[in-house]
Amino acid sequence: MSGSSNLVAMKKIVQQLRFEAKINRVKVSQAAADLQQFCLQNAQQDPLLTGVSSSTNPFRPQKVCSFL
Amino acid sequence: KDDVIAAASAARARRSGRVGLATASRSTSDPHPAEMATHELHPNDTLTTLKMESENLKAKLEEERAKLHDVELHQVAEKIEALGQFVMKTRRTLKGHGNKVLCMDWCKDKRRIVSSSQDGKVIVWDAFTTNKEHAVTMPCTWVMACAYAPSGCAVACGGLDNKCSVYPLSLDKNENLAAKKKSVAMHTNYLSACSFTNSDMQILTSSGDGTCALWDVESGQLLQSFHGHGADVLCLDLAPSETGNTFVSGGCDKKANVWDMRSGQCIQSFETHESDINSVRYYPSGDAFASGSDDATCRLYDLRADREVAIYSKESIIFGASSVDFSLSGRLLFGGYNDYTINVWDVLKGNRVSILFGHENRVSTLRVSPDGTAFCSGSWDHTLRIWA
Repeated sequence: MSGSSNLVAMKKIVQQLRFEAKINRVKVSQAAADLQQFCLQNAQQDPLLTGVSSSTNPFRPQKVCSFL
Repeated sequence: KDDVIAAASAARARRSGRVGLATASRSTSDPHPAEMATHELHPNDTLTTLKMESENLKAKLEEERAKLHDVELHQVAEKIEALGQFVMKTRRTLKGHGNKVLCMDWCKDKRRIVSSSQDGKVIVWDAFTTNKEHAVTMPCTWVMACAYAPSGCAVACGGLDNKCSVYPLSLDKNENLAAKKKSVAMHTNYLSACSFTNSDMQILTSSGDGTCALWDVESGQLLQSFHGHGADVLCLDLAPSETGNTFVSGGCDKKANVWDMRSGQCIQSFETHESDINSVRYYPSGDAFASGSDDATCRLYDLRADREVAIYSKESIIFGASSVDFSLSGRLLFGGYNDYTINVWDVLKGNRVSILFGHENRVSTLRVSPDGTAFCSGSWDHTLRIWA
């Protein structure tokens, strides 16, 4: 009984590996260049990266406002 | 009556003939990959031959991946400017949980937060004012997972009760939220993580029972289950909506798996961590994901290169990373660790740019706000902190 369930499990593993073997891959140099480009393109819109000033970041302490 | 019987058998013959034709045409045209695989597995295949094939395929997979490993990410990033000094401080401290904070999530309105604790409580906070807006007491302790619905009108949570329940949030503070509770997911072990998909209608869960599952909130129906992890699944993250219907999960089997939500198929698998994977998070473009593990490292896996492309580690960091998240541009990776600190990594160059102190016990959960202006960390010290 356990023999046949091992066989079934093993067949599933082999099927999965065959599936994974077929995927198309790109070179790391290409993938890395794309990751870098995304970072650089979006850098200005990243408040934690650019350190947004107090006036625009709701969490940073604000200067006291006075009623005119 | 004989005519009827004759007509019936004639109809059966026609039907089987049509089926026969259909099968024949299927085998001559390009078959479905899964079918093709079973087609080639002969009944005489023994465990030994399959094991051999499995080893061969694994070796071939590594070979294919290695062929494309022509450079390291940090080498590509050598030419870009290094990041300057970061000044990030605790701007708010949310106090109110009676025990370890285990999980938190932001509302899309960028100011509300839901958090869950070992004490069985789920609290909804206004992070600007630090006011508690709602509180629910769960019937179990160790509420390990919580999530905000995209509409902001409900929260989901669960843990040792093996379930994921949805609570609609009422504007009436006096209303008993527990009364409207809806049980959605049922696992056979603890719920480790949950997330709404891009609507309030579906929830994705991961569990100590080794599976992930997709559920319809309204009916509680199981829509798809995901089998493949060899041990408890500890975390999951949905791909950014532009990249399609996939999600990544990490588990105690040291594997990170990427899944097709519609078919239930595992489409990619990564096994380079040396211990449990506590947290997985997609890179904002959807082309990669980061992981945090008990092996004290965070790693970056690129989905198109199909391999690990960076390791974020230091000899001085010996405690596990429990939770990771990216800043909006993907340049920074924030990691919450079991040594009470938060390390901030330059994703491209691979070095640590900042270390944040403040929590008085393990950091268990960490999420960047939807507009990227701040991030929130939750800790075993019973508090949550907003950093900016």
